[in-house]
Amino acid sequence: MDFNTKYTPQSWPDHPEQVTLEGKNKFLGFWLFLAGETVLFSSLFATYLALKNKGPSGMEFSTQTLFELPLVFVMTMILLTSSLTSVYAMYHMKNHNFKGMQTWLAITVILGIAFLCLEIYEFNHYVHLGFTYGQSAFSTAFFTLVGTHGLHVAIGLGWIILLLIRNAKRGFSLYNAPKYYTASLYWHFIDVVWVFIFTVVYLMGVVG
Amino acid sequence: MSSIAKKKGFGASLWDYLTTVDHKKIAILYLAAGGLFFVIGGIEAMLIRIQLAKPDNDFVSAGLFNEIITMHGTTMIFLAAMPLLFAFMNAVMPLQIGARDVAFPFLNALGFWLFLFGGLFLNLSWFMGGAPDAGWTSYASLSLASEGHGVDFYALGLQVSGAGTYIAGINFLVTIINMRAPGMTYMRMPLFTWTTFVASALILFAFPPLTVGLFFLIFDRMFGGNFFDHTMGGNTIIWEHLFWIFGHPEVYILILPAFGIFSEIFSLFSRKRLFGYSSMVFATVLIGFLGFMVWAHHMFTVGLGPTANAIFSVATMAIAVPTGMKIFNWLLTIWGGSIKVTVPMLYALGFIPSFVAGGVTGIMQAAAPLDYQLHDSYFIVAHFHYVIVGGVVLAILAAVHLYWPLMFNQMLSEKLGKWTFWFFFIGFHCTFFIQHFLGLMGMPRRVFTFGADQGWDTFNLISSLGAILMAIGVIILVVNVIITIVKNEKVGNDPWGDGRTLEWAIPQPIPFYNFKQTPLVRGLDTFWIEKQEGNKEGMTYAEPLSDIHMPNGSIIPLVMSFGLFVASFGALYNGEKDWAIPVLVLGLAITFASMAIRSIKDDHGFHVHKEDILKNEGGNK
Repeated sequence: MDFNTKYTPQSWPDHPEQVTLEGKNKFLGFWLFLAGETVLFSSLFATYLALKNKGPSGMEFSTQTLFELPLVFVMTMILLTSSLTSVYAMYHMKNHNFKGMQTWLAITVILGIAFLCLEIYEFNHYVHLGFTYGQSAFSTAFFTLVGTHGLHVAIGLGWIILLLIRNAKRGFSLYNAPKYYTASLYWHFIDVVWVFIFTVVYLMGVVG
Repeated sequence: MSSIAKKKGFGASLWDYLTTVDHKKIAILYLAAGGLFFVIGGIEAMLIRIQLAKPDNDFVSAGLFNEIITMHGTTMIFLAAMPLLFAFMNAVMPLQIGARDVAFPFLNALGFWLFLFGGLFLNLSWFMGGAPDAGWTSYASLSLASEGHGVDFYALGLQVSGAGTYIAGINFLVTIINMRAPGMTYMRMPLFTWTTFVASALILFAFPPLTVGLFFLIFDRMFGGNFFDHTMGGNTIIWEHLFWIFGHPEVYILILPAFGIFSEIFSLFSRKRLFGYSSMVFATVLIGFLGFMVWAHHMFTVGLGPTANAIFSVATMAIAVPTGMKIFNWLLTIWGGSIKVTVPMLYALGFIPSFVAGGVTGIMQAAAPLDYQLHDSYFIVAHFHYVIVGGVVLAILAAVHLYWPLMFNQMLSEKLGKWTFWFFFIGFHCTFFIQHFLGLMGMPRRVFTFGADQGWDTFNLISSLGAILMAIGVIILVVNVIITIVKNEKVGNDPWGDGRTLEWAIPQPIPFYNFKQTPLVRGLDTFWIEKQEGNKEGMTYAEPLSDIHMPNGSIIPLVMSFGLFVASFGALYNGEKDWAIPVLVLGLAITFASMAIRSIKDDHGFHVHKEDILKNEGGNK
C-alpha cells in the first residue's frame, strides 16, 4: 500500500488508520501503551487514597476545606466536551472531510487549553493558601496525581497542535491517518482519567 | 538507497550501529552492552566474596560494601540479565515468527539507547561522589536517609532505562500479535516466542508501578515531596508495595524467557518435538498471571496481618504447580530422545536440578511462619541466586552458545564451552549451596563482615572459593568469544544440524530483510517438517518474490535518549547547583525536540528491489 496514493471520499477506506501494517501496529501498540498508562494512574490513585488528608500533626487542610466543586465542575464539562469534539473530528476523518476534521480538532485544542488554564489557576490558588507541594503527604500526593494528568493534557495538546500544523496543507493519507487516530485515542484516555479524578479526588473529597 | 553489499570503513560501521533499526544489529548491541554490565556486576560480586572470605576483614569499608552490594544487585537485574535476554529476543523472535523486523524498528533502537544511557548514568555514580547504598530494593525508610547522591543516581538511572524496557515490551507484544508469518497460529509459535510474549505482557503491567515508585523517590529526595516521610504524613510502606508489585513480576520477566530458551534446547538436542507443548503454553500464561498475585510474600514480616499473609502464602505456593508441569515436560522431552550433549544441552541438563533446588526453597519461604525465621538471612540470598543464576544466567550462557552461530555465523568452541560450563556450574553450587546453611545458622544478608567466634568462617571461605571458579568459567567464555571472532570461520545455516524452528531455516549470513519471501508455516517445528519432506529449498513460501519495504535508520533514538541523560543530571543537582534547572530543561528540550522532528519529518522507509534480492542470493552484510 503506497503512502502517497491520493484518495477521494469514495475510495477512502472505512478504517483508514488500520489499512497499512504500520497503521495496524500503531493502533495495537497504542492500545497497549494505554493499558500501561492505566496501571500508572492506578498506582497514583492508590497512593493518593492512602495519603489523603494525611499530614503533619495539626494540619489545617483537608479535602473538605480545600476543594470547591463549581470550578472543578466547569473543568469537567470543558474536558468532556473536548472529548466529544475529538469524536466529531474522527467522524470527519472517516468521511474524508479534512477541513471538518482540522476544525473540530482545533476546537478540541481550544477547550484543552481552557481546561489547562483553569487547572493552573486552581493550583496557583492552593499554593497561595499555603497548600504547597511540600506542605504535607496529602499535598504531594494530590499535586502528583492531578499534575500528572495535567502534564498528559499538555503533551496531548502539543501533539495535536503539531499534527494540525504539519498536515494543514497536505490533507489525508494513509501515513497520517493512524497518527490522528492515536492522538484522539490519547485524548479520550485523558478524559477518562479525569472522570476518575473528578470522582475520587473531588466528589469523594467534598461529599464522601 | 542501495545498502546492499558494500564494504565499509570503521567510521561508517560505527555510524551504522549508532543509527541502526535492524533487530539483528540491535540484538548485537544489547548483547555487547549487557555483557559489559554482566562483567561489571561480576566484578562487584567478586569484591563481595573477597570481603566475606575471612572474618573481621577490612578489604572494603562498611559503607563501600553497601554500595557494592546495591550496585551488584541493580546491575545484574536491570543492566545485565534483562538486556541479555532482550538480545536473544531481538535476534531470534522475529526470525522464529518469520517477520521482516519487529513492529516498531525505531522504538526498538530507542529502547536500547534508553537502557544504555540509563545504565551509564547509574554507573557514573561510582565516579561522582559514591554509588547508591540502600540495597537494590532501596526501601524508602533507608533510601531517604542515604547521604550524598547515590540513591538519586539509582532512581534517575533506573527511570531512564526502565522507559527503554517498557518500550521494548510493547514492541515485542505488537510484533508477535501482528507480524506472524501466514500459518503461524498462536499454538504453532515456538516456546521462546511464547515466553517472550508473556514476559512482554508482564513488562507492560509491571513497569508502570516501578516508574511511579521511582518518581515518588525522585520527588521526595530532589523536589521536596513527602510520600515516604512519616513526619509529614507519608507512608514508607507505599514504596515497598509499588516496588514489589513491579519486583515480583520482574523475576518472571527474567525466568520465563529462560524457560523458553531451555524448551528450545531440550527439543533441539533430544531431536524430539517438545513434550506437552500446549500444557507448556498454558503453564507459561498461568505463571505470568499468578506472578502478579504474590508480591506481598516479600513483605510477610512488614505486618500486613495474618489474613493477607495467608492469601499471599497460598497464591505463592500455587505457582509451583505450573512450574512443576514445565519441569516434567522437559524431562519427558529428553526421555526416549536421541540426545546430543552439546554445550547448550549441558546447561539445560544442569539447569533442571539447580532450578528445582531454588524452587523448593521458594516454597519453604512461601510458608509465612517459616519466612519469619528465614527473612533477611543468607538462606534468602542462596534461594534467589539458585533461581536467578541457576535459571536465568544458565539460560543466558546456554543461549550465547546456542544462538552465536545465528547471530554471527560462527560457532563458539565446544571444547572451551564445556570448560566454561563445568567451572561455572561447580563454582555456582559451591558458592550458593553452602549459603543455605549459613542462613540457617543465623548469618544475616547485607552484613559487611562477621566475627571469628560466630562459626561462619569455613562456609564463607568455601563460598568465596566457589565464586573464583565461576569467575574462571566466565573468563574462559570471554577467551572463547575472542578466539572465535578472530578465527572467523563461517558455519552457514542450521549449524547444529537439527534445527526445528524457522530461525534455523534462514540463509547465512542473514540478509538485512530476513526471509526474501515470507515463509509458509505448516505446523509446530515447521523447518523440521520441511526437512522431513526433503524440501531442498529450505522452506515453502507464502508469497512470490517481490519488492521488500524496509525502514530507514535514524540517529534520533540516540539523541532522544541522550536528552534524558542530560536532564537526569539537572534533576540530580536540583537545589544544590545553580545550573541544575537549566540543564534539566535543556535535556528535556533535546528529547521533546527530537520527538517533534521524528513526528514532522516523514519517514516512509525504502524498497529493496526484486532484482537486487535475486543478485544477492544467500545473504549479504
